[in-house]
Amino acid sequence: MRDVAVIGVGMTKFGELWDKSFRQLIAEAGAKAILDSGIEGKEINAMYVGSMSSGRFVGQEHVGALVADVSGFSNLHISSTRIEGACASGGLAMRQGYLSIASGMNDIVVVGGMEKMNDVLGASATETLATAADQEWEAFFGATFPGLYAMIATKHMHDYGTTKKQLAQVAVKNHANGALNPYAQYQREITLEQAMNATSVAYPLGLLDCSPVTDGAASVVLCAAEKAKDYSDKPVKIIGSGQASDSLALHARRDICTLDSTVHASKMAYKQANLTPKDVDVAEVHDCFTIGEICAIEDLGFVKKGEGGKAIDNKITTLDGSLPVNTSGGLKAKGHPVGATGVAQMVEVTLQLRGDAKKRQVKEAKIGLAHNVGGSGASCTIHILEAM
Amino acid sequence: MGEGVARFWREIPQRYNFIGDRCGSCERIFFPPKESCPFCRRKSMGKMKEIKLSGKGEIVTYTIIHVGPEDFEEQVPYPIAIVKLEEGPQITAQIVDCNIDEVKIGMKVESTFRKIRQDGSTGAIYYGYKFKKRC
Ligand SMILES: CC(C)(COP(=O)(O)OP(=O)(O)OC[C@H]1O[C@@H](n2cnc3c(N)ncnc32)[C@H](O)[C@@H]1OP(=O)(O)O)[C@@H](O)C(=O)NCCC(=O)NCCS
Ligand SMILES: [Zn+2]
Repeated sequence: MRDVAVIGVGMTKFGELWDKSFRQLIAEAGAKAILDSGIEGKEINAMYVGSMSSGRFVGQEHVGALVADVSGFSNLHISSTRIEGACASGGLAMRQGYLSIASGMNDIVVVGGMEKMNDVLGASATETLATAADQEWEAFFGATFPGLYAMIATKHMHDYGTTKKQLAQVAVKNHANGALNPYAQYQREITLEQAMNATSVAYPLGLLDCSPVTDGAASVVLCAAEKAKDYSDKPVKIIGSGQASDSLALHARRDICTLDSTVHASKMAYKQANLTPKDVDVAEVHDCFTIGEICAIEDLGFVKKGEGGKAIDNKITTLDGSLPVNTSGGLKAKGHPVGATGVAQMVEVTLQLRGDAKKRQVKEAKIGLAHNVGGSGASCTIHILEAM
Repeated sequence: MGEGVARFWREIPQRYNFIGDRCGSCERIFFPPKESCPFCRRKSMGKMKEIKLSGKGEIVTYTIIHVGPEDFEEQVPYPIAIVKLEEGPQITAQIVDCNIDEVKIGMKVESTFRKIRQDGSTGAIYYGYKFKKRC
């Protein structure tokens, strides 16, 4: 296996982007990443793109080829593949891009992720997102996506004494980080009172425990590490990559409060990187709901099971804490265009390790981790990065 | 769902009849029934036997849905729970016939046959199990 490096990153602003089409978003993110990397179009061996449900959100499938086309590469006939794994589509595309270079098959790969979710009405967005759950045995009975994570939250509160206030603190922290990110959907701080008193979406989760419905795209250029310095002054190496799956339905899991796919994927990535959770300096984790971040920091091994809430109280994960989590604002404040999320996480971790994260910069960040989850935990990818 | 897009919920007999299956190798019980046992895999092939479940169980965790999918918009707020059946399997279902405040982890429940949803565009009605408090 060859080492692989990130040599370029780019993303659109995330948000309700009424004046931008799906195609414009893709082209913008891709162009930014390619310009950042300094490669030329003809050097690209392959593209991998993550999209959860372009068919339901914008009525367009076959977006692998579309991405190459709108990027201006139709004459180059580049191999381009769309990957789907619900909200982990972007992370899965990252891993495919990574594997294709690690295997020796490709030298330069562009990975993209996108979703335009605001072109459908609210209830339809809720229903489309619910297709990431088990349609026949969860969604059929009226379970929504926020509802599934809410059931994890209810159980976590019951088993470990996690409080609604601790959930709210995750939102407050991530909005504070989002306020420093010019690409975030919500660049505003919120108060603890606002977070705790927001209208209920699915008890115990309120509006401000949820990631929003977002339009956006993100892109990363990958290169065989031995050639990375030819293009970039500050390449970032992918030193660990992991992926795992679990039952589609939450109710069929070993433990409602543990995302075993996270546990397994992260073990795989830590082992490859020859690191432990303690070595991580900065992490982007999948906080589609505030409880998601609490479970993530437990399942990634940053804290013991059940102590995620306490870690929030102790401010371990704030920007100036010992392990800053979701410096970008996370899915909560940066926004969650589902297929783009896994790629956007890689953008943030890369910026942090290059020292380019500006107001959000974590001092001396050397090792970063990106954690992307699909569904209520049926898919998970982990990537661990290190400045070269 | 967006207009003009075909959508249908398959009629699944097990959803009406609470039919699960038991692995002939490790005796574990599954609902919905599985083609093979994930613990025994090939040892279970051809040894999965159908079994009728009691429909009795206990709430493992729950939520109250306030923002629902289109077909459920008129039902909100409604409780959804993961129920652990006496025979072992866990399932997701609505809790009915009680005050929302009564729904608690550990509450004993039993299944009841109900209308689950009505398709907004075709008007088709789908039935299945919900759970109510067990006295
Ligand atoms: C929570 C949710 C239902 C809210 O949607 P909604 O009720 O239609 O909200 P609206 O669009 O009417 O927004 C009302 C206001 O709240 C704000 N808002 C909406 N969602 C928000 C969120 N998640 N966080 C912060 N603010 C939010 C809007 O900006 C708007 O503010 P304004 O009045 O100042 O313009 C929706 O965001 C949602 O479904 N989120 C979950 C997404 C999801 O499941 N993703 C997949 C996870 S794996
Ligand atoms: Zn068995």
